[in-house]
Amino acid sequence: MKLSDSIGWVSRVLLRHRLRTVLLLAAVSVGVGAVIVLTSLGDSARLYVTEEFRSLGTELLIITPGKSETSGGGPPSFMGATARDLTLDDAAALKRSSAIKRVAPMVVGEANMSYGARSRQAPGIGATADLLALRHWKLKQGQFLPEGDLERAPAVIVIGEKIRRDLFGADKAVGNFLRVGDRRFRVIGVLATEGRSLGMDVDELVILPVARAMELFDTSGLRRIMIESRSRDSLDRAAEESRIILKDRHQGEEDVTIVRQDAVVATFDTLLGALTYSVAGIASISLLVAGVLLMNVMLVSVSQRTAEIGLLKAIGSSRRLILTLFLMESGGLAFLGALLGVGLGLGMNGVLGTYVPADMTLRPPMWSLFSAPLCALVSGILFGLMPARRAADLDPIDALAGR
Amino acid sequence: MIEVRDIKRFYQVGDQEVRALDGVSFKIEKGEYVSLMGPSGSGKSTLLHCLGLLDRPSEGHYLIEGRDTVTLNEEEQARTRREKIGFVFQFFHLVSYLTAFENVELPLTLSGLPAAQRRERVEAALTRIGLEQRMDHVPDQLSGGQRQRVAIARAIVTDPTVLLADEPTGNLDRRSGDEVIALLEELNASGITLVVVTHDMDLGGRARRRLRLADGLVVSDESGPA
Repeated sequence: MKLSDSIGWVSRVLLRHRLRTVLLLAAVSVGVGAVIVLTSLGDSARLYVTEEFRSLGTELLIITPGKSETSGGGPPSFMGATARDLTLDDAAALKRSSAIKRVAPMVVGEANMSYGARSRQAPGIGATADLLALRHWKLKQGQFLPEGDLERAPAVIVIGEKIRRDLFGADKAVGNFLRVGDRRFRVIGVLATEGRSLGMDVDELVILPVARAMELFDTSGLRRIMIESRSRDSLDRAAEESRIILKDRHQGEEDVTIVRQDAVVATFDTLLGALTYSVAGIASISLLVAGVLLMNVMLVSVSQRTAEIGLLKAIGSSRRLILTLFLMESGGLAFLGALLGVGLGLGMNGVLGTYVPADMTLRPPMWSLFSAPLCALVSGILFGLMPARRAADLDPIDALAGR
Repeated sequence: MIEVRDIKRFYQVGDQEVRALDGVSFKIEKGEYVSLMGPSGSGKSTLLHCLGLLDRPSEGHYLIEGRDTVTLNEEEQARTRREKIGFVFQFFHLVSYLTAFENVELPLTLSGLPAAQRRERVEAALTRIGLEQRMDHVPDQLSGGQRQRVAIARAIVTDPTVLLADEPTGNLDRRSGDEVIALLEELNASGITLVVVTHDMDLGGRARRRLRLADGLVVSDESGPA
C-alpha cells in the first residue's frame, strides 16, 4: 500500500469516528498542554527569582548573627547557645577591608506611624546611607538617609510611595513630621515605586537611621549586615576579611554566618529548577493516562472492526500492513494531539502571562516544548502497539465470521 | 492453474483430533468451472480456506501456477492472495463506508498501484458487472444482488488466477441469486477459472465439474453435464 493511500485510509477512519477522535485528541492535547504550561510557570519563576536576585548585584554578601553550621556534639557551652549580637561597631569595623565598598547594617521591625489623624502600621527598616545604592533603589522626592556618624543620626525618615499616599494624601510629605511609635521623624525623602523587591513592597516601607530604629524596635543587635564588594573578583576576599574582622571582634569566635548572594541565587536556581522538573513529571502522568486511554479506545476499535480487518486480510493485506495501519492511527492521533497540545499550552501560557508581574516573562522552556509532544507521540505508538498487534494477529477466517 | 496434492488439515479440539481434510488431491485447469459440494462438516469450508490461503494445510502441497504456496511466508501468502485469488463471500463483506468504486479499488490500493491505473481497472471491472452507473453508491444504497456484483467486481479487478465463490447466492433471493450466477458463469465463459463452494445441489450441479466431499475426502469427481 502506498504511503499516501495509507494516510488517506487512516484519515478516513479518524473522520468517520469523529467523537472518538475528538475525545482522544482532547486527552492527548490537554496532557501536552499541561506539561508545557506547568514547566513554563516553574521555569519562568526560576528565571524571574534568580534575575531579581541578580539585579541586586552578585557582589553582595549577607552577614547574619549566629552560625548556621551544626556545632559539635559536645555539651552546651556555659554561655548558652545564643550567639553574640552583631553591632553597629561591627558594621563600622568592616569598612576597614579594602575589598569592601559598601556596608549596610540593617534592623527590621514593624511600627505604628501617624500623621495628623491618619495612622497605619508598616514595616520599617533601620539602615544607613549605603542601602540606597546597594539595593539599587531610587528616590522620587527629597533625599535618602544622610551619611555620617551611625550612632548619632538625626530623626529623619524616608517613606515608600504608598505610605506617603495613605498618610499625607495631598499634603506635602517631605519636610513634614511623621510620628513613628512615640517619636517624631522628619520626612526627608520618598522612594520611587519599584514594585515588589523580593517579598518586600518598597511602596509600603519606611526607612530610618539604623541607630534610631534600634531604639524604636528595642533591639541591641542588627538583623543583618549587607556588604557590597569592590568588584566581583574581590567577593571572596571581602568574605574572608569580614570573617577575620568579626572573629577578631568576637573574642576569636566565629559566630556569624556569611552568605554570598550568588550562592543564594544558585540555591533558588536549583530549588526552582527541581520544582519545574517535578511538576513536569506530575503533568506527564496525564500523558500516561492519555496513552492508556488511547490503548483502551484502540482495543475497542479493533474488536468493532474485526470483520473489516478480516476482509482486508482476505483480499491480501499482510500482517505487517494491518499493524502499520493501526499504528498510524494511534500515532496519528497522538501526533495531532501533540500539535494541538503545543498550541493549547502556548495559548494558555499567553493568557496566564497577563496575570504575572510585568517584569516576569512567562515562557515555556525549550526542552518541554520538544519533549512534551515527543512523549505524547512515543506513548501513542507504544500504547497503540498492543491493539495493533491484536488486529494484525486476527485470524481472517474467524474475523470474517465475526468471531 | 491450481493443484492440491494430498493436503491434510487437522485441528485439535479438546483432546480430540479433528481431521477436517484427510488427504485431498485434485487439479483445476485454467478456465474450468468447478463446484465443491458436501454436507456441513465435510471439509469443504476448510478446503476453501486452504485454496484461498486463509488457512495453511497441516500436510501436503498446494500449487498455484506451479508454485508451492505452503512454503511461502505470511507476507508472500498475502501477496499471492492479493494477486492470484479472488474471493466472493456469502455475506458480500463490502466495507460499509466506502463507495462501490472504493470497495472495488481496495485490492489495487493494497497492491500499491498508482491511482490513475486503479481508476481505469476499477471502471472496467464495474462496467463488466454492469454497475458502472452506481459506482458512487455506498453498499447501503445497493440491493443485495448489486452488492454481490460489486463484491465480484472486487474479486476480478486484480485479474486473479482463480475466483473462489463461497455460497455466493446463500444470502440472496432467488432472482438476485440467478443474476449473480449468470454473471459468474459469464465471467467463466470469458476465461476466468471459477470454483463455487456450496451445499446447494442445484447450484453445484450447474458446474461442468463437480467435486463432492465427505469426511475430509473427495468422494466423487464428475465432469460433463449432470
